[in-house]
Amino acid sequence: MADAAIAGATRRRPGFASRLVRRDWRGAVAPLLLLAFVEIVMDTGSYQSDSLAPPSQIAVAAYRVVLDGSLLTGTIETLGAALGGLAIGGMIGVVLGVLFGMSRAVDRLMMVTVESIRPIPSAAIIPVVLLAFGFGYRMEIFLILPGTIFPILIFTRSAVAGTEPCLLDVSRLMGLGYIGRVLKIVVPAALPRIFVGFRLSAALALVIAVTTEVVVNPQGLGSAIMVSEQKLDPASMYAVVIWLGIIGWGLNAALVWMQRRLFGPAGARGAEQ
Amino acid sequence: MRPLRLLWWLASVAVAAGFVGLWQVAADSKWLSPVFFAGPGQAWDRLVAGLVHGTLGIELADTVGRMIYGWAAASLLGIALGSLIGISPRARAYLAPMIEFVRPVPASALVPVAIGFLGLSDEMVLAVVVFGGLWPMLLATIHGFETIEPRLTDVSRALGFSRLQVILKIALPSALPDIFAALRLSVTVSLVLTIIGEMLASRDGLGQWILFAGRTFRPGDLFAGIILLGGVGFVSASLIAWLEQRLLNWRRPP
Repeated sequence: MADAAIAGATRRRPGFASRLVRRDWRGAVAPLLLLAFVEIVMDTGSYQSDSLAPPSQIAVAAYRVVLDGSLLTGTIETLGAALGGLAIGGMIGVVLGVLFGMSRAVDRLMMVTVESIRPIPSAAIIPVVLLAFGFGYRMEIFLILPGTIFPILIFTRSAVAGTEPCLLDVSRLMGLGYIGRVLKIVVPAALPRIFVGFRLSAALALVIAVTTEVVVNPQGLGSAIMVSEQKLDPASMYAVVIWLGIIGWGLNAALVWMQRRLFGPAGARGAEQ
Repeated sequence: MRPLRLLWWLASVAVAAGFVGLWQVAADSKWLSPVFFAGPGQAWDRLVAGLVHGTLGIELADTVGRMIYGWAAASLLGIALGSLIGISPRARAYLAPMIEFVRPVPASALVPVAIGFLGLSDEMVLAVVVFGGLWPMLLATIHGFETIEPRLTDVSRALGFSRLQVILKIALPSALPDIFAALRLSVTVSLVLTIIGEMLASRDGLGQWILFAGRTFRPGDLFAGIILLGGVGFVSASLIAWLEQRLLNWRRPP
């Protein structure tokens, strides 16, 4: 699945801090050279463009969009839709994943249905959702749902199906019912792997939110990028694109940190899969 | 075991057929507005009509062609660049952080950037598809190279391999699982970006077709397009899974 690239970020050896410091300056050389090159070429006037801006102007534009509040509004709109979709889709994904994981019969019966819905690209249902909900949060959240449900469903299903049999014996001895077994034994045991699915879904939620905004929905950061391009204001456009990169990076870093903090070695093991 | 599995599969198909029946009932009883919601019967009719009498086949070929072209270009470029960067620890130290920083930028956010440079053209759509597929490929290849079994590196040194030989005989085969994971990811990304690119740049293809069907309130055509796109996603993912199984057979313990 898509987790290989994302999970790669967590597979760090113990000397992480020292590696980071050592990598820090060497990793900064290439981007700084690139920025300096663009700055010099554009400032000396040897290259002019409506679609490229020198870094100094991007910095000024960034300062401007922070001051006039448009960056904050866009961030709230984009993250609001992404997190809303993630919350709803995550819950649906966990419930379905537990149902499928607890019973092989249900899993096998639903296989063809799930495998026929899963490959439909989220972008394909944009026109339907647009007609059904119009512009706004609802369409964006609805589009995010399938992208967030499936990763969590798949990780939950395999984690639940692989619950340690001894634990299930214990639950039987304790006389727990289905609900008790799910809430007290199965879900806690599966939580580290469910979280891996959750991290994947979070990244996808942000991507789908921005995509929706770029293509149709006139709100949020995606729309801000599109509008800046149409206004021939590349400096603001790049400022927002860079900000989006920072948000995406920060979201993943925060979730990786939470995973380590909450689950320790169990979380690291979950990340390998 | 075998006939039992077939029986389960048939039961699963029956369940799916039940859902399609529900979908038909939902459409017939107009729970959802027929302005945007078509039943399976209507969608199927429009699909067949579009493929036999209309241009749906050509749109499909356009979209699939763009997707495969962009995906293949991104994969080859990603593997080649990733090998060059991954084989040298020094290049890795200098370039990997920049690549990791670019990756979290959603590829769709760069569509406006691409429009700025290339206009609303076929090249723009292709550039976006290639760009979106490139990063997962690059990172997976670099990561695969980073985690080569150290003994294999020693062996290659003992055999006096050249750098190219190390890449082809040791590094690439051992990075193959990572590369396949990225291939599967990037084929999905390519399809989505192709659809979006067609929608925004008004290029012939299924993306533009479904957007137009929606705007002119033809839900039958719209759902026919969605079914086709789901089919494209399914076939491409299955092909890669099949290829992966064949090529990675040697890794599985007997």
